[in-house]
Amino acid sequence: MENLAQLAPLIILFPAIGAFINFFWGARMGEKPSAIVATVAAASSFVISVMLLLYLTNNNYQPVVVDPPLLDSWIRIDSVNLDIAWQTRVDTLSVSMMMFVTLVGTLIHIYAIGYMHGDSRFSRFFAYLNMFLVFMLILVSGNNLLMMFVGWEGVGLCSYLLIGFWWDKPNGVGWKNSNAARKAFIANRIGDFGVLMAIFLVWWSFGTLDFYKPGEVANPSLTSHSVEAEAVEGEDETATVTVAEPEISYQNPEIEDSQLGIFGQAQRLVDRSKAGEDVQLDIGPFTFEITTLLVIVTLFMLLGATGKSAQIPLFVWLPDAMAGPTPVSALIHAATMVTAGVYMMVRTSVFFYNAELTSFIVAMVGAGTAVVAGFVAIAQFDIKRVLAYSTISQLGFMVAAVGLGAYPAAMFHMITHAFFKALLFLGSGSVIHGVEHGHHHVHEHDGHGEEPDPEDHAVVTTHQDEKAGQAADDFDPQDMRNMGGLRSRMPVTYWTYLVGTLALAGIWPLAGFWSKDEILADAWMVGFEKGRLEGYLALGLLMLAAVFTAFYMWRQVVMVFHGSPRTEAAAHAPESVRTMTIPLVILAVFSVFIGFINIPTGAGVLHLGMEGIFGKHALADFIEYSVGNFVLPPFTLFIALGATALGIGAILMANSIYGNDRAVTKHRRDPLEINPSFGTFWALAHGRLYWDEIYDRLFITPFSRAADFLANTIDWIFLHDYFHDSVLVRGYRNIGKLLSKPVDLGIIDGAVNGVGWLVRQFSSRLRTVQTGYVRTYAVALLIGVVAIIVIMLLPLINIG
Amino acid sequence: MVETEAYVILSAVLFTLGAMGVMLRRNAILVFMSVELMLNAANLAFVAFARHWGAIDGQVFVFFIITVAAAEVAVGLALIVMIFRSKQSINIDTLHQMEG
Repeated sequence: MENLAQLAPLIILFPAIGAFINFFWGARMGEKPSAIVATVAAASSFVISVMLLLYLTNNNYQPVVVDPPLLDSWIRIDSVNLDIAWQTRVDTLSVSMMMFVTLVGTLIHIYAIGYMHGDSRFSRFFAYLNMFLVFMLILVSGNNLLMMFVGWEGVGLCSYLLIGFWWDKPNGVGWKNSNAARKAFIANRIGDFGVLMAIFLVWWSFGTLDFYKPGEVANPSLTSHSVEAEAVEGEDETATVTVAEPEISYQNPEIEDSQLGIFGQAQRLVDRSKAGEDVQLDIGPFTFEITTLLVIVTLFMLLGATGKSAQIPLFVWLPDAMAGPTPVSALIHAATMVTAGVYMMVRTSVFFYNAELTSFIVAMVGAGTAVVAGFVAIAQFDIKRVLAYSTISQLGFMVAAVGLGAYPAAMFHMITHAFFKALLFLGSGSVIHGVEHGHHHVHEHDGHGEEPDPEDHAVVTTHQDEKAGQAADDFDPQDMRNMGGLRSRMPVTYWTYLVGTLALAGIWPLAGFWSKDEILADAWMVGFEKGRLEGYLALGLLMLAAVFTAFYMWRQVVMVFHGSPRTEAAAHAPESVRTMTIPLVILAVFSVFIGFINIPTGAGVLHLGMEGIFGKHALADFIEYSVGNFVLPPFTLFIALGATALGIGAILMANSIYGNDRAVTKHRRDPLEINPSFGTFWALAHGRLYWDEIYDRLFITPFSRAADFLANTIDWIFLHDYFHDSVLVRGYRNIGKLLSKPVDLGIIDGAVNGVGWLVRQFSSRLRTVQTGYVRTYAVALLIGVVAIIVIMLLPLINIG
Repeated sequence: MVETEAYVILSAVLFTLGAMGVMLRRNAILVFMSVELMLNAANLAFVAFARHWGAIDGQVFVFFIITVAAAEVAVGLALIVMIFRSKQSINIDTLHQMEG
């Protein structure tokens, strides 16, 4: 059991190998083997993360840092004392991330086998999926900020590749897809700038980037507690052994600063500052008080989180990210990518906890995003776009939880959300797939249908072809107005989708009930018990968001599944293949039960006896070994009842508006749209609050203008025409003239020709020696010989 | 026994005669013969000195020189025949096309 933790690097290695194989041999292997390679790689990672969980439960939940071989000094610059090791951190936080990332990731892999069947770049898709997992696992398993940043950038890259995966679709769709990919990438880059700045600041202040040094305990109050408990329960020997080692933590005065990671050092400085000491840190030309510094660092991190986790102001990329294939949407929205921002904030919770200003802002950003996105989701017709805004809204809940200091609640909601949102996305993919197939089915029948009279034949076929061509261009299989009545056509998809919807709406006893109510209870506790402003505000906003959630989800269910089919395509939609439905069923089961991993205390009979299996606050207790200082509310009945009542009320309201085939009115309009009292709101929501347009006006248009000015005026007219012609061209021409006439022709050519002339003169004199008469040569020879003899004999004569 | 000096003097006289012949004669055959004369003057000097020093090296050298001279004659006469065929003359003064 000791060595199970040493397997941690494999969790990254397996999908990396899978991606490698699929990159280089995938196209040759064919669909089935490449899908198997990728899925097995993902599943192996899941197995490893289960083993890591086993390790933690068997080792008192103590974190361990694993050094993978060959990567000791990953980045090392001796002159500035920079030595960053590639270390894998196995603690309760990273393992709980790994668990759901790999599990949901594996299910999405399986689903994608069916969904991507027949795609021309099938194996490439799976390579990207594996690569996505690789980077996500690097992100969650890294023991320092820089490793996290590598994963952070990597998931950004993979999302770019996957969102734009269908860049080559015809009719301008491919262009839209690749634009969406670019938008995602650029929005993320803005966030990445924040993370990078935060990393630089942390490095500058603490001289290390490690979260915790090897052996350092994250939550010292907890470990000493547990050691004491062990000493009482267990044998005396073990207890003495444990106590004998000096504990590496910021609370132990024997430990020097350099032995601590960034959080330990920060906590120390904060403690000293709270004790009345003036703690100043030099950051280049600036000097900051420690809490001020933490506020700056966390604000930069928040910027990063708003990019990755799609919060105000950088959430605009996520709805467009629907351009990718549906499994990608599920992967981005549920398991990976968007959870990264929340994970980062939970991981750096020591900073956030000590930066009250940032916490307030974080809570407001989260709650605001939850409401805004929930509002917008009400008036969307695209099935995936509704889910996209729903994701943003739910991420708002998580971010708000972080801001409220309820880190386990954020993680809890992240985990439950991963399951039901993956379920909903895969369900929507199944619906789209079905409608598309139904559409093709209908058209095959149009083409080869009943034979009309031979006389009318020509006329009828042209008419039908025209209709078919128009429909093929206009038909959008993602538009919910084209659906309806799919309940009977796609029963598995319907029932699983219903489970996901109710879970998301927070209906008891599904997963969303527990996680959402925990966040609401946190907000209540922070507001009414601690009397902090963000608690009141967040509670109100999140309640509103919860109402929106239930409303738009039920609207979606009614529009898609209930009533009667509104198009031929919907009427002929088949149920999806088994590789697609099985993951749906598995995810549905998880969506029901995953909420029980963190039952609050005092839930009474509501926990349905699950308390006995999981215990109370199991997840919070688990995560407490990695994250300290959090709010943990007891079950608050009136909050839960209130939220559930509001949710059910919203569902009933949605049902009364959209039910009984009233989902779409005559001109393909929404019932709310034509309702005079809601028309304005509907237009606002349908226009997505004109957020993109505002960005367009505020940033993109000025940017384009500036670029246009730079390109056309500065570059083209000034540089190319004026500067180029008058300075460069004329200058070169003058220099060229100077060089060619006097220098080249005069000096260089003169020298060369002069040498030639000299040689010719000299040789014309010299060659007269060559007479051609044998006699001359003979005499010359004789004279030469005599001369040589004389020269040789001369010394002898002198001596003689 | 004749003194070595006498041989050397004869050799020198012969060499001088040969050299003068090479330089003064215009007939190619005669120039050629003068060259032979110079070679044999050298041979005579070799043999004389070999006898004087009681060493055999000089005599061995003479055999080599005779052999080389024979070969030289063969090549030289062939050249002269060819020159005569093309120029109808063996006057070496007519062969000065190589002047510079």
